[in-house]
Amino acid sequence: MREYFKNIYEAIVTILIGMGVTFRHLFVPSVTLQYPHEKLKLPERSRMKLFVNIDDCIGCRQCERACPVDCITIDTIKAGKDEDLGAASNGQKKRFHVTKFDIDMSLCCFCNLCTFPCPTECIYMTPEFDFATYDRNNLIFHFSNYTPEQVRELKEREAQQKAALANAKTGKKPEQK
Amino acid sequence: MEPILKLFTELLPGLSPLLPYWLLATLSALIAALVLFGFIAVFALFAIWLERKISAHMQDRLGPMEVGGWHGWAQTIADTFKLLMKEDLIPEKADRFLFKLAPMIVFSVSIASFAVLPWSRDFIPTDLNVGLLYILSISSLAVIGILMGGWASNNKWSLYGAMRSVAQIVSYEIPISLSLITVILITGTLSMQGIVQSQQGNFLSWNIFHYFPFMFVAFVIYFIASLAEVNRTPFDLPEAESELVAGFHTEYSGMRFAFFFLAEYANMFIVSAIAATAFLGGWLPPFSFLDFIPGPFWFFGKSLFLVFVQMWLRWTLPRLRVDQLMYTSWKVLTPFSFVLILIVSFWQLLTL
Repeated sequence: MREYFKNIYEAIVTILIGMGVTFRHLFVPSVTLQYPHEKLKLPERSRMKLFVNIDDCIGCRQCERACPVDCITIDTIKAGKDEDLGAASNGQKKRFHVTKFDIDMSLCCFCNLCTFPCPTECIYMTPEFDFATYDRNNLIFHFSNYTPEQVRELKEREAQQKAALANAKTGKKPEQK
Repeated sequence: MEPILKLFTELLPGLSPLLPYWLLATLSALIAALVLFGFIAVFALFAIWLERKISAHMQDRLGPMEVGGWHGWAQTIADTFKLLMKEDLIPEKADRFLFKLAPMIVFSVSIASFAVLPWSRDFIPTDLNVGLLYILSISSLAVIGILMGGWASNNKWSLYGAMRSVAQIVSYEIPISLSLITVILITGTLSMQGIVQSQQGNFLSWNIFHYFPFMFVAFVIYFIASLAEVNRTPFDLPEAESELVAGFHTEYSGMRFAFFFLAEYANMFIVSAIAATAFLGGWLPPFSFLDFIPGPFWFFGKSLFLVFVQMWLRWTLPRLRVDQLMYTSWKVLTPFSFVLILIVSFWQLLTL
């Protein structure tokens, strides 16, 4: 009998304690982050979206080779002999037109291996993390500044130069022999 | 019926001589039913939103925040539209007739209970002289609808939920009735309006403070048992999500599910309203100088407060086990309410 009343007493008291806890939490500020409106700021060096500072890129293609999933595709065209493309911010001389620098973020595995070999530290990962899109093709980010016309022009020039070189070679060879 | 008729003839004085009595009565009953349905729907929308907000804030979350702008007030409206657009599925091997009948019974039972709720001094749809008895008997009809739905679904979870629900509601009706009998002992009437009027005065003359603390215990017993009556946590075994999918309404979708849901929230309001009427003075203000505020405000406010307490308990307590549920009803609430009846009767005899 004593046990019976003790149980009832305990039930009532514990329920009241529980109700007190929930009532207090009714007024505790929520921990929810209204995501699209407010975002958690990620650490500065977190490995999210890749970014390329194309002005510093010298077209050495080391990142492309380092990538384990081949998500970086680079096309370069050699600069002409009398052409000066300037230098990267650390003094390295640019010798290539970087006509294409595409990163497919849908392939990227965020391993950060591409950033280490870069001699000018122009490719790095940013804390930006929400770049979801409705189309998979929108996940391919284009970093090159060259317009298609410029690329075509450069390619034609290169082809001409190559042809000229080949002509010169084939023309010279019999003379040398 | 008469108060509604009177209200209509007062609102539209030109209409009453033109129409025959039977037509006027039918029309006014139809309009009253529509208004009532509107009230239940709006109340359910509001209560569901409130429940989601309260549950969220009690768990340090925010709840719906987007739809409609201010704190997601239109979330339940959007959900309702989604529900109405859904396909109306009936399982192949279900008992189609009973399956369709069940939500109608459950909903019409809860709508029928509104007939005797006293909103103010003058407005009560029907002031039956056996109002409390009427409510007690009509609310136990809901069991039939629930059992029907669970059986007709031809699904073991639904059947389990329905059987649990029947066991639960049948056993919890006893403490409900017994604790209300103490009220009847004090007021000496079964009419809802009479019960309210016998609590005239400031809040200390409400039934809950009568024979302190015995009527307070009766109120607590009624409240706990009414939680079980409307299948809410901690007594939500009939629709225990983690065990029975959704209990008796597992197979229901779209409109039919919406009716079960509406009925659940309407029932929450009804049991709270009965508690407010029987124990908290119905439409009476807590102090007599607050008389100028109309009765519906107090009635609705008290009921809404009790609805809030129901939600508060729901988000505080875990679900009981089936044997604990039966223990609570048969070994705690029922004997206690019997003892209360004895005490109240003796007290009344002594002070006679």
